[in-house]
Amino acid sequence: MIALATAYSIPSVLVFVTSALLILVGAIGVISVKNPVHAALCLIMTLIGVAVAFVAQSADFLAAVQIIVYAGAIVVLFLFVIMFLGVDRREHIHFEPLVGQRAFAGVGVVITVAGLITLMARSHWVSGATSVTTKLSSGSGNVRELGTSVFTTYLFAFEATAALLIIAVVGAVLLARRERPSSEESA
Amino acid sequence: MNVPAAWYLILAAGLFGIGAFGFLIRRSALIMFMCIELMLNAVNLTFVTFSRTLNDISGQAIVFFVLVVAAAEVTVGLGIVVAVFRRRSSTSVDELSEMKG
Repeated sequence: MIALATAYSIPSVLVFVTSALLILVGAIGVISVKNPVHAALCLIMTLIGVAVAFVAQSADFLAAVQIIVYAGAIVVLFLFVIMFLGVDRREHIHFEPLVGQRAFAGVGVVITVAGLITLMARSHWVSGATSVTTKLSSGSGNVRELGTSVFTTYLFAFEATAALLIIAVVGAVLLARRERPSSEESA
Repeated sequence: MNVPAAWYLILAAGLFGIGAFGFLIRRSALIMFMCIELMLNAVNLTFVTFSRTLNDISGQAIVFFVLVVAAAEVTVGLGIVVAVFRRRSSTSVDELSEMKG
């Protein structure tokens, strides 16, 4: 830790350790707790950790959006569905229908992650041209750069996501709607 | 000197691995959706790290779109979960076996 502190500034190391702890503890909680409500709360912990990492890497706007959209909307949607369905029963987590499924899944995931890290380490982690489109602002805040980029370079994609959201909302309403008895019977 | 980008990339790879492992071993459809969110967040973290290291805003713009698509995906996915639950009062993916040969 002392060697690290001499090499890198202590606040950045502290922020990284904080976000890493939040992210990893929350993620392990999501996949290991039995109660879905607790899993959703662990998911919030991970999302806040990711937001901390965003702030540390000068993505201020995305950190705010991460909290508002993920923790505020998506997790609430999860919790709402859990309450609505009444599925807060516990899943039998130790029951394994396919023999050896966990071992195979673990081996596959370890191989994938180790291969990914090895690949990145052998190619100097980040390679490529710098500042191809717009530079990040060096000062405080990046909302202006991000907004300019989204509304000029990525305008078409932005409009497409608007259409996608409308379609998703209509589709979700259609899927979740209860079949109504026909109007002649009710009349 | 700030923490190198490699630390954040390794952290994101670990988060992706945890999410993928959870997706493979859990059977509740809701938990599997949460694991998909974990993997999406790992990719977002990677994008932001690349964005900072390459000094380019495009990585953050792409994260913005990933957020929107994740919101749409969760909306439709949870709608499907609700529809399935109406029919069979369970969210376990093991019980959806009508298509079994």
